[in-house]
Amino acid sequence: MPEARGRGRGGAVTLIAWQVGVGAAVLGIWQAAASAGLIDPFFVSRPADIARRVGQWVVSGTIWPHLAVTLEEALLAFVIGVVLGVACGFTLARLPRVSQVLNPYIRLLNALPRVVLAPIFLLWFGLGIWSKVVLGVTLVFFVVFFNTYQGVRDVDRVLVDNARMLGASESDLIRHVFGPSALTWIFSSLHTSIGFAIVGAVVGEYLGASRGIGYVISQAQGTFDTTGVFAGMAVLSIVVVIVGYGVSKLERWLLRWKT
Amino acid sequence: MSGADPGRPAIVLRGVSRDFETPGGATYCAVRDVSLAVAPGAFVSIVGPTGCGKSTLLNLVAGLLAPTAGQVEIGGVPLAGLNRRATYMFQQDALLPWKSVLDNVGLGLVFAGRPRDEARQAARAWLDRIGLAPFADRFPAQLSGGMRKRVAMAQNWAMDRDILLMDEPFSALDVHTRQAMETELLTLWTGSSKTVVFVTHDLEEAIALADEVIVISAGPASRVVARHVVPLARPRDLVDIRTMAAFNDLYGTIWASLRGEVLKSREAGQAGGVDA
Repeated sequence: MPEARGRGRGGAVTLIAWQVGVGAAVLGIWQAAASAGLIDPFFVSRPADIARRVGQWVVSGTIWPHLAVTLEEALLAFVIGVVLGVACGFTLARLPRVSQVLNPYIRLLNALPRVVLAPIFLLWFGLGIWSKVVLGVTLVFFVVFFNTYQGVRDVDRVLVDNARMLGASESDLIRHVFGPSALTWIFSSLHTSIGFAIVGAVVGEYLGASRGIGYVISQAQGTFDTTGVFAGMAVLSIVVVIVGYGVSKLERWLLRWKT
Repeated sequence: MSGADPGRPAIVLRGVSRDFETPGGATYCAVRDVSLAVAPGAFVSIVGPTGCGKSTLLNLVAGLLAPTAGQVEIGGVPLAGLNRRATYMFQQDALLPWKSVLDNVGLGLVFAGRPRDEARQAARAWLDRIGLAPFADRFPAQLSGGMRKRVAMAQNWAMDRDILLMDEPFSALDVHTRQAMETELLTLWTGSSKTVVFVTHDLEEAIALADEVIVISAGPASRVVARHVVPLARPRDLVDIRTMAAFNDLYGTIWASLRGEVLKSREAGQAGGVDA
Protein backbone atom coordinates (compact mmCIF):
# COMPACT_ATOMS: atom_id res chain seq x y z
CA MET A 1 0.00 0.00 0.00
CA PRO A 2 1.55 3.34 -0.94
CA GLU A 3 2.10 5.62 2.00
CA ALA A 4 1.13 9.26 2.08
CA ARG A 5 4.61 10.72 1.93
CA GLY A 6 5.40 13.81 3.95
CA ARG A 7 1.84 15.09 3.94
CA GLY A 8 1.28 14.19 7.57
CA ARG A 9 -2.15 13.63 9.00
CA GLY A 10 -4.03 15.54 6.35
CA GLY A 11 -2.47 13.28 3.68
CA ALA A 12 -3.49 10.16 5.55
CA VAL A 13 -7.09 11.38 5.85
CA THR A 14 -7.20 12.23 2.15
CA LEU A 15 -5.87 8.75 1.38
CA ILE A 16 -8.55 7.06 3.48
CA ALA A 17 -11.21 9.22 1.85
CA TRP A 18 -10.03 8.06 -1.57
CA GLN A 19 -9.89 4.44 -0.47
CA VAL A 20 -13.46 4.59 0.84
CA GLY A 21 -14.51 6.51 -2.27
CA VAL A 22 -13.26 3.81 -4.66
CA GLY A 23 -15.15 1.11 -2.75
CA ALA A 24 -18.33 3.20 -2.58
CA ALA A 25 -18.13 3.93 -6.32
CA VAL A 26 -17.78 0.27 -7.25
CA LEU A 27 -20.65 -0.76 -4.98
CA GLY A 28 -22.76 2.18 -6.20
CA ILE A 29 -22.28 1.27 -9.87
CA TRP A 30 -23.04 -2.36 -9.07
CA GLN A 31 -26.23 -1.42 -7.21
CA ALA A 32 -27.38 1.01 -9.90
CA ALA A 33 -26.65 -1.40 -12.75
CA ALA A 34 -28.57 -4.16 -11.00
CA SER A 35 -31.52 -1.89 -10.24
CA ALA A 36 -31.58 -0.54 -13.80
CA GLY A 37 -31.65 -4.08 -15.13
CA LEU A 38 -28.28 -3.75 -16.89
CA ILE A 39 -27.08 -6.82 -15.04
CA ASP A 40 -29.24 -9.62 -13.74
CA PRO A 41 -29.41 -9.67 -9.92
CA PHE A 42 -30.12 -13.41 -10.12
CA PHE A 43 -26.49 -13.95 -11.09
CA VAL A 44 -24.69 -11.15 -9.23
CA SER A 45 -27.19 -10.06 -6.55
CA ARG A 46 -27.18 -6.46 -5.27
CA PRO A 47 -24.87 -4.85 -2.69
CA ALA A 48 -27.85 -3.69 -0.63
CA ASP A 49 -29.30 -7.21 -0.55
CA ILE A 50 -25.93 -8.65 0.39
CA ALA A 51 -25.47 -6.11 3.18
CA ARG A 52 -28.99 -6.82 4.41
CA ARG A 53 -28.25 -10.57 4.45
CA VAL A 54 -25.00 -10.10 6.38
CA GLY A 55 -26.91 -7.84 8.78
CA GLN A 56 -29.57 -10.53 9.30
CA TRP A 57 -26.92 -13.17 9.97
CA VAL A 58 -25.17 -10.96 12.48
CA VAL A 59 -28.36 -9.84 14.25
CA SER A 60 -29.91 -13.31 14.41
CA GLY A 61 -26.54 -14.76 15.35
CA THR A 62 -26.77 -17.65 12.89
CA ILE A 63 -23.41 -16.83 11.28
CA TRP A 64 -21.28 -16.95 14.43
CA PRO A 65 -21.08 -20.74 14.93
CA HIS A 66 -20.16 -21.16 11.25
CA LEU A 67 -17.57 -18.40 11.40
CA ALA A 68 -16.14 -19.87 14.61
CA VAL A 69 -15.67 -23.28 12.97
CA THR A 70 -14.01 -21.78 9.88
CA LEU A 71 -11.70 -19.64 12.00
CA GLU A 72 -10.83 -22.58 14.23
CA GLU A 73 -9.87 -24.66 11.20
CA ALA A 74 -7.94 -21.80 9.66
CA LEU A 75 -6.11 -21.02 12.89
CA LEU A 76 -5.12 -24.64 13.42
CA ALA A 77 -3.98 -24.93 9.79
CA PHE A 78 -2.06 -21.69 10.11
CA VAL A 79 -0.30 -22.57 13.36
CA ILE A 80 0.57 -26.12 12.33
CA GLY A 81 1.64 -24.99 8.84
CA VAL A 82 3.84 -22.19 10.20
CA VAL A 83 5.48 -24.39 12.84
CA LEU A 84 6.20 -27.18 10.33
CA GLY A 85 7.28 -24.73 7.64
CA VAL A 86 9.66 -22.83 9.91
CA ALA A 87 11.11 -26.04 11.37
CA CYS A 88 11.67 -27.67 7.97
CA GLY A 89 12.92 -24.43 6.45
CA PHE A 90 15.55 -24.01 9.15
CA THR A 91 16.62 -27.63 9.11
CA LEU A 92 17.04 -27.86 5.35
CA ALA A 93 18.73 -24.48 5.09
CA ARG A 94 21.33 -25.57 7.64
CA LEU A 95 21.78 -29.02 6.03
CA PRO A 96 22.52 -28.19 2.38
CA ARG A 97 23.25 -31.84 1.46
CA VAL A 98 19.87 -33.07 2.69
CA SER A 99 18.16 -30.15 1.01
CA GLN A 100 19.82 -31.00 -2.31
CA VAL A 101 18.60 -34.59 -2.07
CA LEU A 102 15.04 -33.62 -1.14
CA ASN A 103 14.80 -30.66 -3.50
CA PRO A 104 13.03 -32.42 -6.44
CA TYR A 105 10.50 -34.03 -4.12
CA ILE A 106 9.66 -30.76 -2.43
CA ARG A 107 9.13 -29.17 -5.85
CA LEU A 108 7.00 -32.11 -6.90
CA LEU A 109 4.76 -31.82 -3.84
CA ASN A 110 4.49 -28.07 -4.18
CA ALA A 111 3.54 -28.37 -7.84
CA LEU A 112 0.54 -30.49 -6.90
CA PRO A 113 -2.70 -28.44 -7.00
CA ARG A 114 -3.76 -28.74 -3.38
CA VAL A 115 -7.47 -28.43 -4.11
CA VAL A 116 -7.54 -31.86 -5.77
CA LEU A 117 -6.31 -33.29 -2.48
CA ALA A 118 -9.44 -32.10 -0.69
CA PRO A 119 -11.60 -35.14 -1.59
CA ILE A 120 -8.79 -37.47 -0.49
CA PHE A 121 -8.45 -35.66 2.83
CA LEU A 122 -12.23 -35.91 3.29
CA LEU A 123 -11.87 -39.64 2.81
CA TRP A 124 -8.92 -39.92 5.18
CA PHE A 125 -9.90 -37.50 7.91
CA GLY A 126 -13.68 -37.49 7.69
CA LEU A 127 -16.20 -34.66 7.47
CA GLY A 128 -15.04 -32.98 10.70
CA ILE A 129 -12.56 -30.15 11.04
CA TRP A 130 -9.35 -32.15 10.50
CA SER A 131 -9.79 -32.73 6.78
CA LYS A 132 -10.00 -28.92 6.41
CA VAL A 133 -7.08 -28.31 8.75
CA VAL A 134 -4.86 -30.70 6.80
CA LEU A 135 -5.80 -29.09 3.50
CA GLY A 136 -4.94 -25.68 4.96
CA VAL A 137 -1.65 -27.02 6.31
CA THR A 138 -0.58 -28.25 2.87
CA LEU A 139 -1.17 -24.73 1.54
CA VAL A 140 0.42 -22.79 4.39
CA PHE A 141 3.40 -25.08 4.86
CA PHE A 142 5.04 -24.50 1.49
CA VAL A 143 4.71 -20.73 1.57
CA VAL A 144 6.29 -20.54 5.01
CA PHE A 145 8.83 -23.25 4.24
CA PHE A 146 10.21 -21.56 1.11
CA ASN A 147 10.36 -18.17 2.79
CA THR A 148 12.10 -19.50 5.89
CA TYR A 149 14.58 -21.41 3.75
CA GLN A 150 15.32 -18.32 1.70
CA GLY A 151 15.54 -16.16 4.80
CA VAL A 152 18.12 -18.40 6.43
CA ARG A 153 20.16 -18.76 3.23
CA ASP A 154 19.99 -15.05 2.62
CA VAL A 155 21.87 -14.04 5.79
CA ASP A 156 24.96 -11.96 5.13
CA ARG A 157 28.06 -14.17 5.45
CA VAL A 158 29.84 -11.49 7.48
CA LEU A 159 27.11 -11.46 10.15
CA VAL A 160 27.52 -15.21 10.58
CA ASP A 161 31.33 -15.07 10.64
CA ASN A 162 31.28 -12.23 13.14
CA ALA A 163 28.87 -14.06 15.43
CA ARG A 164 30.96 -17.22 15.19
CA MET A 165 34.13 -15.29 16.05
CA LEU A 166 32.26 -13.88 19.05
CA GLY A 167 31.69 -17.45 20.20
CA ALA A 168 28.21 -18.25 18.90
CA SER A 169 27.19 -21.91 18.93
CA GLU A 170 24.86 -23.35 16.27
CA SER A 171 21.85 -22.73 18.52
CA ASP A 172 23.06 -19.17 19.22
CA LEU A 173 23.30 -18.61 15.48
CA ILE A 174 19.73 -19.79 14.95
CA ARG A 175 18.40 -17.72 17.81
CA HIS A 176 20.31 -14.49 17.28
CA VAL A 177 21.25 -14.48 13.60
CA PHE A 178 19.27 -16.81 11.32
CA GLY A 179 15.99 -16.56 13.22
CA PRO A 180 15.63 -12.78 13.14
CA SER A 181 16.83 -12.70 9.55
CA ALA A 182 14.32 -15.33 8.49
CA LEU A 183 11.61 -13.46 10.37
CA THR A 184 11.63 -10.74 7.72
CA TRP A 185 10.89 -13.31 5.06
CA ILE A 186 8.43 -15.27 7.17
CA PHE A 187 6.49 -12.11 7.86
CA SER A 188 6.28 -11.17 4.23
CA SER A 189 4.70 -14.60 3.73
CA LEU A 190 2.29 -14.41 6.69
CA HIS A 191 -0.26 -12.33 4.82
CA THR A 192 -0.31 -14.90 2.04
CA SER A 193 -0.38 -17.86 4.39
CA ILE A 194 -3.27 -16.51 6.47
CA GLY A 195 -5.24 -16.21 3.25
CA PHE A 196 -4.27 -19.76 2.33
CA ALA A 197 -5.29 -21.10 5.75
CA ILE A 198 -8.76 -19.66 5.22
CA VAL A 199 -8.88 -20.92 1.63
CA GLY A 200 -8.06 -24.42 2.90
CA ALA A 201 -10.82 -24.27 5.49
CA VAL A 202 -13.46 -22.88 3.15
CA VAL A 203 -12.68 -25.15 0.20
CA GLY A 204 -12.73 -28.16 2.53
CA GLU A 205 -16.09 -27.09 3.98
CA TYR A 206 -17.44 -26.40 0.53
CA LEU A 207 -16.72 -29.95 -0.58
CA GLY A 208 -18.12 -31.67 2.45
CA ALA A 209 -19.04 -30.42 5.90
CA SER A 210 -22.00 -29.65 8.11
CA ARG A 211 -20.74 -26.37 9.51
CA GLY A 212 -18.57 -23.42 8.50
CA ILE A 213 -18.71 -20.50 6.07
CA GLY A 214 -17.82 -22.79 3.16
CA TYR A 215 -20.82 -24.90 4.07
CA VAL A 216 -23.07 -21.80 4.20
CA ILE A 217 -21.84 -20.75 0.74
CA SER A 218 -22.34 -24.21 -0.68
CA GLN A 219 -25.88 -24.42 0.77
CA ALA A 220 -26.77 -21.02 -0.70
CA GLN A 221 -25.39 -22.07 -4.06
CA GLY A 222 -27.45 -25.26 -3.92
CA THR A 223 -30.63 -23.14 -3.80
CA PHE A 224 -29.40 -20.60 -6.40
CA ASP A 225 -29.27 -18.02 -3.63
CA THR A 226 -26.61 -15.71 -5.10
CA THR A 227 -27.08 -13.20 -2.31
CA GLY A 228 -26.17 -15.87 0.22
CA VAL A 229 -23.03 -16.80 -1.73
CA PHE A 230 -21.90 -13.18 -1.94
CA ALA A 231 -22.77 -12.55 1.71
CA GLY A 232 -20.60 -15.52 2.73
CA MET A 233 -17.74 -14.13 0.66
CA ALA A 234 -18.20 -10.69 2.19
CA VAL A 235 -17.97 -12.09 5.72
CA LEU A 236 -14.77 -13.94 4.82
CA SER A 237 -13.20 -10.88 3.20
CA ILE A 238 -13.91 -8.69 6.21
CA VAL A 239 -12.39 -11.25 8.56
CA VAL A 240 -9.25 -11.59 6.42
CA VAL A 241 -8.80 -7.81 6.25
CA ILE A 242 -9.10 -7.51 10.05
CA VAL A 243 -6.62 -10.34 10.67
CA GLY A 244 -4.23 -8.88 8.09
CA TYR A 245 -4.35 -5.54 9.86
CA GLY A 246 -3.33 -7.23 13.13
CA VAL A 247 -0.45 -9.02 11.40
CA SER A 248 0.78 -5.74 9.90
CA LYS A 249 0.84 -4.15 13.34
CA LEU A 250 2.79 -7.06 14.80
CA GLU A 251 5.14 -7.02 11.83
CA ARG A 252 5.84 -3.31 12.22
CA TRP A 253 6.78 -3.84 15.86
CA LEU A 254 8.94 -6.93 15.34
CA LEU A 255 10.77 -5.43 12.37
CA ARG A 256 11.17 -1.99 13.91
CA TRP A 257 14.94 -2.17 13.45
CA LYS A 258 14.46 -1.82 9.71
CA THR A 259 14.30 1.91 9.36
CA MET B 1 42.31 -14.08 29.20
CA SER B 2 44.86 -11.32 28.67
CA GLY B 3 47.69 -13.39 30.08
CA ALA B 4 50.06 -13.20 27.13
CA ASP B 5 53.02 -15.50 27.52
CA PRO B 6 56.04 -13.32 26.78
CA GLY B 7 58.22 -16.33 25.97
CA ARG B 8 56.56 -17.61 22.83
CA PRO B 9 55.01 -15.82 19.85
CA ALA B 10 51.27 -15.15 20.00
CA ILE B 11 50.78 -16.17 16.38
CA VAL B 12 52.95 -18.43 14.22
CA LEU B 13 52.35 -19.34 10.58
CA ARG B 14 54.46 -22.26 9.36
CA GLY B 15 54.60 -22.67 5.58
CA VAL B 16 50.93 -21.81 5.25
CA SER B 17 49.27 -22.06 1.82
CA ARG B 18 45.66 -21.75 0.86
CA ASP B 19 44.05 -22.71 -2.43
CA PHE B 20 40.54 -21.99 -3.63
CA GLU B 21 38.58 -23.78 -6.27
CA THR B 22 37.34 -21.38 -8.90
CA PRO B 23 33.84 -21.84 -10.34
CA GLY B 24 35.53 -23.18 -13.49
CA GLY B 25 37.05 -26.02 -11.48
CA ALA B 26 40.60 -24.67 -11.61
CA THR B 27 42.67 -24.12 -8.47
CA TYR B 28 43.48 -20.60 -7.42
CA CYS B 29 46.27 -20.19 -4.90
CA ALA B 30 45.62 -17.16 -2.70
CA VAL B 31 48.66 -17.41 -0.40
CA ARG B 32 51.66 -19.67 -0.79
CA ASP B 33 54.15 -20.83 1.80
CA VAL B 34 53.81 -17.96 4.25
CA SER B 35 55.83 -18.22 7.44
CA LEU B 36 55.85 -15.53 10.08
CA ALA B 37 55.63 -15.02 13.80
CA VAL B 38 53.97 -12.23 15.75
CA ALA B 39 55.19 -11.45 19.26
CA PRO B 40 52.59 -11.20 22.04
CA GLY B 41 51.40 -7.67 22.62
CA ALA B 42 52.69 -6.49 19.25
CA PHE B 43 50.76 -4.34 16.81
CA VAL B 44 51.43 -5.65 13.31
CA SER B 45 50.14 -4.23 10.05
CA ILE B 46 49.84 -6.25 6.87
CA VAL B 47 49.88 -4.24 3.64
CA GLY B 48 49.68 -5.32 0.04
CA PRO B 49 47.97 -4.49 -3.21
CA THR B 50 44.29 -5.25 -3.77
CA GLY B 51 43.61 -8.95 -4.18
CA CYS B 52 46.84 -10.05 -2.57
CA GLY B 53 45.33 -12.48 -0.11
CA LYS B 54 45.58 -10.24 2.98
CA SER B 55 42.08 -11.17 4.06
CA THR B 56 42.79 -14.84 3.36
CA LEU B 57 45.77 -14.61 5.68
CA LEU B 58 43.63 -13.05 8.40
CA ASN B 59 40.88 -15.65 7.91
CA LEU B 60 43.49 -18.37 8.34
CA VAL B 61 44.62 -16.89 11.66
CA ALA B 62 40.96 -16.53 12.69
CA GLY B 63 40.30 -20.17 11.87
CA LEU B 64 37.49 -19.19 9.51
CA LEU B 65 39.56 -20.86 6.78
CA ALA B 66 41.74 -23.94 7.17
CA PRO B 67 45.14 -23.92 5.44
CA THR B 68 45.58 -26.21 2.44
CA ALA B 69 49.14 -26.79 3.60
CA GLY B 70 51.17 -25.73 6.63
CA GLN B 71 50.06 -24.90 10.13
CA VAL B 72 48.79 -21.98 12.19
CA GLU B 73 49.78 -21.91 15.86
CA ILE B 74 48.19 -19.67 18.45
CA GLY B 75 50.11 -19.32 21.69
CA GLY B 76 52.15 -22.40 20.75
CA VAL B 77 49.09 -24.58 20.16
CA PRO B 78 48.18 -25.70 16.63
CA LEU B 79 44.92 -24.09 15.57
CA ALA B 80 42.04 -26.42 14.79
CA GLY B 81 38.65 -24.85 14.07
CA LEU B 82 37.88 -21.30 15.12
CA ASN B 83 40.46 -19.24 16.95
CA ARG B 84 38.92 -18.81 20.40
CA ARG B 85 41.65 -16.43 21.54
CA ALA B 86 40.93 -13.87 18.83
CA THR B 87 38.21 -11.44 17.84
CA TYR B 88 37.78 -10.24 14.30
CA MET B 89 36.74 -6.81 13.11
CA PHE B 90 35.46 -6.98 9.56
CA GLN B 91 35.68 -4.44 6.79
CA GLN B 92 31.93 -4.60 6.25
CA ASP B 93 29.31 -3.85 8.88
CA ALA B 94 28.89 -6.99 10.94
CA LEU B 95 26.59 -5.72 13.69
CA LEU B 96 23.26 -7.53 13.91
CA PRO B 97 20.78 -5.01 12.50
CA TRP B 98 17.93 -6.35 14.64
CA LYS B 99 19.72 -5.85 17.95
CA SER B 100 20.15 -2.59 19.79
CA VAL B 101 23.60 -1.05 20.16
CA LEU B 102 23.70 -2.26 23.76
CA ASP B 103 22.83 -5.85 22.87
CA ASN B 104 25.30 -5.84 19.99
CA VAL B 105 28.15 -4.84 22.29
CA GLY B 106 27.17 -7.51 24.82
CA LEU B 107 26.64 -10.18 22.14
CA GLY B 108 29.87 -12.09 22.70
CA LEU B 109 29.29 -12.12 26.45
CA VAL B 110 25.83 -13.62 25.96
CA PHE B 111 27.35 -16.26 23.67
CA ALA B 112 29.88 -16.98 26.44
CA GLY B 113 26.96 -17.84 28.70
CA ARG B 114 26.90 -14.70 30.84
CA PRO B 115 23.41 -13.70 32.02
CA ARG B 116 21.75 -11.03 29.88
CA ASP B 117 21.73 -8.40 32.65
CA GLU B 118 25.40 -8.90 33.33
CA ALA B 119 26.23 -8.67 29.63
CA ARG B 120 24.19 -5.48 29.36
CA GLN B 121 25.97 -3.97 32.33
CA ALA B 122 29.37 -4.74 30.82
CA ALA B 123 28.19 -3.42 27.45
CA ARG B 124 27.00 -0.20 29.07
CA ALA B 125 30.43 0.32 30.62
CA TRP B 126 31.99 -0.07 27.16
CA LEU B 127 29.54 2.37 25.61
CA ASP B 128 30.49 4.89 28.29
CA ARG B 129 34.12 4.37 27.45
CA ILE B 130 33.68 5.01 23.73
CA GLY B 131 31.21 7.85 24.30
CA LEU B 132 28.16 6.17 22.81
CA ALA B 133 26.15 5.72 26.01
CA PRO B 134 23.27 7.95 24.78
CA PHE B 135 22.83 5.65 21.77
CA ALA B 136 22.49 2.39 23.74
CA ASP B 137 18.92 1.75 22.61
CA ARG B 138 19.35 2.69 18.96
CA PHE B 139 19.55 0.16 16.18
CA PRO B 140 22.64 0.06 13.94
CA ALA B 141 20.70 1.44 10.96
CA GLN B 142 20.10 4.60 12.98
CA LEU B 143 23.82 5.31 13.49
CA SER B 144 26.44 6.88 11.25
CA GLY B 145 29.13 4.70 9.68
CA GLY B 146 31.73 5.91 12.17
CA MET B 147 29.48 5.19 15.13
CA ARG B 148 28.80 1.70 13.83
CA LYS B 149 32.55 1.08 13.67
CA ARG B 150 32.93 2.22 17.24
CA VAL B 151 30.16 -0.13 18.33
CA ALA B 152 31.89 -2.96 16.46
CA MET B 153 35.13 -2.08 18.22
CA ALA B 154 33.42 -2.14 21.62
CA GLN B 155 31.81 -5.47 20.68
CA ASN B 156 35.27 -6.91 20.03
CA TRP B 157 37.02 -5.34 23.00
CA ALA B 158 34.27 -6.38 25.40
CA MET B 159 35.33 -9.98 24.70
CA ASP B 160 38.74 -9.27 26.26
CA ARG B 161 40.57 -11.74 24.05
CA ASP B 162 44.35 -11.85 23.53
CA ILE B 163 44.35 -11.26 19.80
CA LEU B 164 42.52 -8.68 17.70
CA LEU B 165 42.29 -9.30 13.99
CA MET B 166 41.22 -6.31 11.92
CA ASP B 167 40.49 -6.41 8.20
CA GLU B 168 40.59 -2.88 6.75
CA PRO B 169 38.14 -1.88 9.47
CA PHE B 170 38.21 1.84 8.73
CA SER B 171 38.51 1.83 4.95
CA ALA B 172 34.92 2.94 4.39
CA LEU B 173 35.21 6.02 6.63
CA ASP B 174 36.06 9.60 5.71
CA VAL B 175 39.55 10.86 6.59
CA HIS B 176 38.63 12.62 9.83
CA THR B 177 36.43 9.89 11.27
CA ARG B 178 39.10 7.45 10.29
CA GLN B 179 41.82 9.28 12.19
CA ALA B 180 39.56 9.53 15.23
CA MET B 181 38.98 5.77 15.07
CA GLU B 182 42.69 5.06 14.70
CA THR B 183 43.43 7.20 17.74
CA GLU B 184 40.70 5.44 19.68
CA LEU B 185 42.13 2.06 18.71
CA LEU B 186 45.64 3.02 19.86
CA THR B 187 44.28 4.39 23.14
CA LEU B 188 42.46 1.12 23.84
CA TRP B 189 45.44 -0.96 22.82
CA THR B 190 48.11 0.92 24.77
CA GLY B 191 48.90 -1.00 27.92
CA SER B 192 46.38 -3.75 27.08
CA SER B 193 49.10 -6.31 26.15
CA LYS B 194 46.84 -7.51 23.31
CA THR B 195 48.25 -8.63 19.99
CA VAL B 196 46.81 -6.80 16.98
CA VAL B 197 47.01 -7.88 13.34
CA PHE B 198 45.76 -5.00 11.23
CA VAL B 199 45.24 -5.53 7.51
CA THR B 200 45.11 -2.44 5.32
CA HIS B 201 45.91 -1.31 1.80
CA ASP B 202 46.83 2.14 3.13
CA LEU B 203 50.55 2.27 3.86
CA GLU B 204 50.28 5.49 5.88
CA GLU B 205 47.73 3.92 8.19
CA ALA B 206 49.86 0.80 8.50
CA ILE B 207 52.97 2.74 9.56
CA ALA B 208 51.13 5.17 11.83
CA LEU B 209 49.57 2.39 13.89
CA ALA B 210 51.98 -0.52 13.93
CA ASP B 211 55.19 -1.73 15.52
CA GLU B 212 55.92 -3.68 12.38
CA VAL B 213 54.71 -3.55 8.77
CA ILE B 214 54.56 -6.78 6.77
CA VAL B 215 54.43 -6.39 2.98
CA ILE B 216 52.60 -9.07 0.99
CA SER B 217 53.17 -9.66 -2.72
CA ALA B 218 50.54 -9.33 -5.42
CA GLY B 219 48.30 -12.36 -5.92
CA PRO B 220 47.96 -15.12 -6.88
CA ALA B 221 50.24 -17.13 -4.61
CA SER B 222 51.00 -14.16 -2.35
CA ARG B 223 53.94 -14.40 0.00
CA VAL B 224 55.73 -12.14 2.48
CA VAL B 225 57.96 -9.71 0.57
CA ALA B 226 59.40 -7.68 3.40
CA ARG B 227 59.06 -6.88 7.09
CA HIS B 228 59.83 -3.42 8.39
CA VAL B 229 60.10 -2.45 12.05
CA VAL B 230 58.52 0.95 12.76
CA PRO B 231 60.92 2.81 15.06
CA LEU B 232 58.49 5.62 15.95
CA ALA B 233 58.05 6.31 19.67
CA ARG B 234 54.76 5.70 21.49
CA PRO B 235 52.37 7.16 22.41
CA ARG B 236 51.92 8.52 18.90
CA ASP B 237 50.06 11.60 17.86
CA LEU B 238 48.34 10.51 14.68
CA VAL B 239 47.55 14.06 13.63
CA ASP B 240 51.21 15.07 13.36
CA ILE B 241 52.95 11.76 12.79
CA ARG B 242 52.51 11.90 9.02
CA THR B 243 54.65 15.01 8.83
CA MET B 244 57.59 13.56 10.79
CA ALA B 245 60.85 12.91 8.92
CA ALA B 246 61.23 9.39 10.36
CA PHE B 247 57.72 8.56 9.18
CA ASN B 248 58.40 9.76 5.67
CA ASP B 249 61.76 7.98 5.46
CA LEU B 250 60.09 4.73 6.45
CA TYR B 251 57.25 5.38 4.04
CA GLY B 252 59.79 5.76 1.22
CA THR B 253 61.59 2.55 2.19
CA ILE B 254 58.46 0.42 2.44
CA TRP B 255 56.90 1.94 -0.65
CA ALA B 256 59.98 0.82 -2.58
CA SER B 257 59.15 -2.81 -1.76
CA LEU B 258 55.39 -2.34 -2.16
CA ARG B 259 55.48 -0.37 -5.41
CA GLY B 260 56.49 -3.30 -7.60
CA GLU B 261 53.69 -5.44 -6.15
CA VAL B 262 51.08 -2.78 -6.71
CA LEU B 263 52.16 -2.44 -10.35
CA LYS B 264 52.06 -6.22 -10.80
CA SER B 265 48.59 -6.39 -9.31
CA ARG B 266 47.44 -3.60 -11.62
CA GLU B 267 48.64 -5.51 -14.67
CA ALA B 268 46.94 -8.65 -13.39
CA GLY B 269 43.81 -6.60 -12.76
CA GLN B 270 43.79 -5.40 -16.34
CA ALA B 271 44.20 -9.00 -17.46
CA GLY B 272 41.13 -9.94 -15.45
CA GLY B 273 42.79 -11.08 -12.22
CA VAL B 274 40.79 -12.48 -9.33
CA ASP B 275 40.22 -10.32 -6.29
CA ALA B 276 40.46 -12.73 -3.40
